[in-house]
Amino acid sequence: MSLAKRIIPCLDVRDGRVVKGVQFIDIKDAGDPVEVAKGYDEQGADEITFLDITASHEGRDTTIHMVERIAEQVFIPLTVGGGIRKAQDVRVMLNAGADKVAVNSAAIFDPNLINELSKQFGSQCIVIAIDAKKVSSTPNKWEVFTHGGRKPTGIDVVEWAIKMTEGEHGAGEVLLTSMDCDGVKTGFDLELTKAVSDAVSVPVIASGGVGNLEHLSEGVLKGGADAVLAASIFHFGEYTVKQAKLAMQANGIEVRL
Amino acid sequence: MQAKRASIGAQSIAIVDYGMGNVRSVQKAIEHVAPNDRVFLTDNADLINEADRIVFPGQGAMGACMQALNNHNLVDVIKRNAQEKPFLGICLGLQLLFDHSEENGGTEGLSIIPGNVVKFAKSDLKVPHMGWNTVKQSIEHPLWHNIDDNARFYSVHSYYVAHADPSIVVGSTNYGLDFTCAIAKDKLFAVQFHPEKSQHDGLQLLTNFVNWK
Repeated sequence: MSLAKRIIPCLDVRDGRVVKGVQFIDIKDAGDPVEVAKGYDEQGADEITFLDITASHEGRDTTIHMVERIAEQVFIPLTVGGGIRKAQDVRVMLNAGADKVAVNSAAIFDPNLINELSKQFGSQCIVIAIDAKKVSSTPNKWEVFTHGGRKPTGIDVVEWAIKMTEGEHGAGEVLLTSMDCDGVKTGFDLELTKAVSDAVSVPVIASGGVGNLEHLSEGVLKGGADAVLAASIFHFGEYTVKQAKLAMQANGIEVRL
Repeated sequence: MQAKRASIGAQSIAIVDYGMGNVRSVQKAIEHVAPNDRVFLTDNADLINEADRIVFPGQGAMGACMQALNNHNLVDVIKRNAQEKPFLGICLGLQLLFDHSEENGGTEGLSIIPGNVVKFAKSDLKVPHMGWNTVKQSIEHPLWHNIDDNARFYSVHSYYVAHADPSIVVGSTNYGLDFTCAIAKDKLFAVQFHPEKSQHDGLQLLTNFVNWK
């Protein structure tokens, strides 16, 4: 008995509502993040991640209120990503009841940002989110992209992951998304996951590409991930988190049941 | 008359807020299990002294936490209250009770409990130790009431309590090695994991604390 591998459902939110909705059984309002979060909590999710795609300031206030309402009723870790650019953004989300924040593009514009945030809030609540795209197969190389995979940065993913997590005030966790696999449902980019997981000393969450339950196990067994994140396979009731955990357990992976 | 009875029954639970970490999660979880009690965040010594129960959370780095406790003039208040009334330390609120931590090039703690805090040694295991791990209950204790032995709790930490007096150890976790994750002495109980983020079992532990006689 030891540390369990984590399963993390991920939800896109805009203006405090879940975008597209979640269609599992017994849910009254598929767009209400509180209902959705409670549903995943009941299924045994180990954490929940919200990706805020709100554009306006007013909308962000609604999202903050959403986090507050969820934190009153769901007692597992909550991570919020999207639009986190400065210390004040982190403070506001933590005060609302988030446990971790994920920083993506802002860390590229200001490479010292992660360091400052970890120093101020503790590295346990700072997650570096990396969007990776494969740029070479001989040898394998991945580049950090921003703006949903549209803008290249010229930065090597493995080097970036090391840089953002090393030292006393590095990020406490890496959320690694393959832009090549995201939405394709053919499984994680396992070589990418393995390359980053081997290179850093902090936990790595694999993201992008899950289409069935075997993919989750592969992320752990072949990719070396400490946690696996998925969206659509859970949203549309294809599988419950519980089924996913049982499948992982059947493959010899330790999970929380 | 009814209102009077309610106010007599209600107790006050102070959550020590000295500016370190996410105390909102702790507050929300305690309010959830103690809806009729007065639950508040404070750094006010008088309010802490008057409260029936104390919750002492902490996140971030040990050096910064000790600095913050000093800045808020809370060191003596915490030392006294930890020995006088039901007191629950969480995460760094456990580590701070000890003599010394390796963190930040060496930090003196509150020395309420003898022992040291050390960093997980470099190995294949990821640090921080993050996620749901099992807690082995070394002895029966009112705060373990209705919680299975080896239940999983959520943790996130890079340092752990080493060399604690075995007589105060009430729970341990394995991560490369067995380490102390829960201690109890008189009215003091402290845990390395986060009950406020550990779903049913975490809320049960908080319920047990709130009802602890």
